[in-house]
Amino acid sequence: MTSFGELEVGQSLPAQEFPVARADLVRYAGASGDFNPIHWNERFATAVGLPDVIAHGMYTMAVAIRVVTDWTGDPGSVIEYGVRFTRPVVVPDPDGAVLRVAGTVREIRADGDVAVDLVATVNGETVLAKARAVVRPR
Amino acid sequence: MPLDHSFIGRTYPPTPPYEVGREKIREFADAIGDPNPVYRSQAAAQELGYGDVIAPPTFAIVLTLKAGHQVVMDPELGVDYSRVVHGEQRFVHVRPIRAGDLLQVVVTVADIRAAAGNDLVSTRTEVSTVSGEPVTTAYSTIVVRGAAE
Repeated sequence: MTSFGELEVGQSLPAQEFPVARADLVRYAGASGDFNPIHWNERFATAVGLPDVIAHGMYTMAVAIRVVTDWTGDPGSVIEYGVRFTRPVVVPDPDGAVLRVAGTVREIRADGDVAVDLVATVNGETVLAKARAVVRPR
Repeated sequence: MPLDHSFIGRTYPPTPPYEVGREKIREFADAIGDPNPVYRSQAAAQELGYGDVIAPPTFAIVLTLKAGHQVVMDPELGVDYSRVVHGEQRFVHVRPIRAGDLLQVVVTVADIRAAAGNDLVSTRTEVSTVSGEPVTTAYSTIVVRGAAE
């Protein structure tokens, strides 16, 4: 990809919804090596003052960038990606949660880099703040 | 008890080399539910101009989390791991991580501060090949939640 085509600041990227189940967190724990029991053990999570098991922030972050990588088609185009974890994604068993992610083109730089803002919510509440990615056409 | 601010600026030794495997990238992509073929098929990766399968944008956490444990588990610093939650994370990629990379990680304590009854610990981790090619810089802030009064 040498450019992202005709782009305008303020343009929306296709929004997506991602269901999150307890089993997803167990699998992510295994793949990432983050076995903190707050992400799979309800007894432990509530004992340390959380409402229930919460998703790994890094799981939410990894899923949210799909809105960008599915749009560019080339995940290697992401040269920068950062988030602040503002609210835990609570993942009750068996119902789970649904993460909704929307993206907007914030800036098109002279060198062709494109900055994107992401908004990630669960039940209408923001779970990531300052969620921003920069993509570079190759 | 607040954490010892004299840890700011401390750099830990490089981690042992980590060899990025195709199947590990596939496992990680499966775990985040991302079906993109560039994480699984060498041919798909080559179509995009990569020599081998590349890793998702947050894959570096597999290396940097473990490296960060040098700080979080440092008995001298004394973080209560059971009270740790992730506050912020950012990656700046020089290039995507790809299968076959032999990587090492160097973690530095960038900041320690107290806010709203919690301790915040920020780290900067440099991911490079063992031959010194920079690949990714990861910036992370963990929140050590204060005990309820």
